[in-house]
Amino acid sequence: MPINYYLFLSLALFSIGMVGVLTRRNAIIIFMCIELMLNAVNLLLVAFSKMHHLKNLAINPMIGVDGQLFVFFIMVVAAAEVSVGLAIIVMMYRNVHSVDIQFLNRLKH
Amino acid sequence: MNLLLLAAFWGVLMMFLSVLGISRSRIRLVAQWGMGLLFLSTAAEMQGFVLYDLNAPEMLRVDRYALVLLAILSGCGFLYFLLSATDMAKVGSDYSEYFALIFFVFCGFVLVLSFTSLLMLFLGIEIVTIPLYILTGADKRNLKSNEASLKYFLLGAFSTGLMLMGITMVYGARGSFSSMELVGASGIPTQLLLGGLFLMLFSMAFKVSVAPFHFWTPDVYDGAPTVFTSFMATLVKVAAFAGFFRLFDHAFTSLTPAWQVWAGVLSVCTLMIGNITAVFQQSVKRLLAYSSIAQAGFMMLGIYGLGGVAKEGMVLYAASYSLATIGIFAVLTRMQDYTLEGFNGLAKERPWVAASLTIFLLSLAGIPLTAGFLAKFYMLQAAVEAKYGLAVVIVSVLMAAVSVYYYFRILQAMYFRERSEEVSFPVFSSGFVRVLMLLAALILVMGVQPGWLLRYLYF
Repeated sequence: MPINYYLFLSLALFSIGMVGVLTRRNAIIIFMCIELMLNAVNLLLVAFSKMHHLKNLAINPMIGVDGQLFVFFIMVVAAAEVSVGLAIIVMMYRNVHSVDIQFLNRLKH
Repeated sequence: MNLLLLAAFWGVLMMFLSVLGISRSRIRLVAQWGMGLLFLSTAAEMQGFVLYDLNAPEMLRVDRYALVLLAILSGCGFLYFLLSATDMAKVGSDYSEYFALIFFVFCGFVLVLSFTSLLMLFLGIEIVTIPLYILTGADKRNLKSNEASLKYFLLGAFSTGLMLMGITMVYGARGSFSSMELVGASGIPTQLLLGGLFLMLFSMAFKVSVAPFHFWTPDVYDGAPTVFTSFMATLVKVAAFAGFFRLFDHAFTSLTPAWQVWAGVLSVCTLMIGNITAVFQQSVKRLLAYSSIAQAGFMMLGIYGLGGVAKEGMVLYAASYSLATIGIFAVLTRMQDYTLEGFNGLAKERPWVAASLTIFLLSLAGIPLTAGFLAKFYMLQAAVEAKYGLAVVIVSVLMAAVSVYYYFRILQAMYFRERSEEVSFPVFSSGFVRVLMLLAALILVMGVQPGWLLRYLYF
């Protein structure tokens, strides 16, 4: 399959995530949208990795491997981010009994 | 590389200390010694003493630029611990963990400053920011701290997403994550490469709070516990900027015509928004938050005018801005009243503290004979050679003049106003005052003899 399909798919996912972050008000849903953005990146990385691999197969079969390695790093970092982020959301919930980020604007001065 | 090993080790050590149930003063002592050791080991590495030679030049390369900045960061970190470590105890009960997190942030600094692969840049930025989300929310019962933490986390994760997309697009166009440009790879840049470049530019602008991506900064800096605001506004910002600088210096030099004008627009925006909004602030903490945005505008000039003396400017700015802001925050943390009125009459009762604060504020405003002046001078000199440089420099100088107004408001409050009855000033220990005066002396020395610092950049 040409690379274009992968590009369109992952850019669409990324845009959905971005729009979600900018318009949603529930902290958990915003959080899920951020994860969606990261996963769109993962998909694109794998697609690019395959593309570079096939293109340079004759010269150096190792080219393109680093893209897939990067995906693992993103997964690990995303997991670390989730553990911290959920803890923050829980801390917030304990204090105000809500995960609505509309609350954030109330405290502004 | 010394710093990476020692910082990781000390972070783990601090975590264990909390389990062992040692008294707080001991924990503080261990942390301060650790940070001093980090500084010494980096200074030793500049003389050629390397603890462990990590041979991975395609991932990390600790060059002179990285070493000088790491030495500045760890040195400032040491002074920060000397001044503010006692105040961290007031934030919450997890005293030892705060130090552990700060040591882990220092591991991230090494990656951010010495990456040669975009993978390391990404990891470094994440290792720096994830502990900061926790530190921002360290005051668990305080609603403002919670708010700041959640806001910082959501926007930080969002900008990480943007940065990853940028990295991926650059990878798609170039076929490698190396941040060193391939020789002879120039030519017409593809749309994919340009898209990736701009996504990275904007996400880095998010991280270092350059306008128009700065809107989280005042709220987060205001809501976070003041000791940690001090850390975030100085060392973290400087390190992120230095990484930003390194990225554009190494990876995108041949694309300069595409992004240079945008960098100029960003820096002008930042200078105007930061300085003009700072004028209207009544709380000194918020004023410093806006001042940090304004100073980010000046550091952005270094990226705009890449090449020439921008590197010297970056190093000098890192040192002068961190020293001055750490000093002001250290005093502010102990004040009862964070408004400008809270500083009324400080000079009469605490003359030495007020004198040091005066030097810090003069340096931030860029008055000659202080390090801040020379740092601004180098930045402007670098910027004036760029495209449309003259216009950008004129705006910057005008905005520097605006900044004098709000910095001098604090001076005016300290020297020309009487203390109101209900406010009482904290007692500063003699050790605290001495360290504060050491900071002021360093700023003055760098303002007269910048060569003592800058000569380490070469040979």
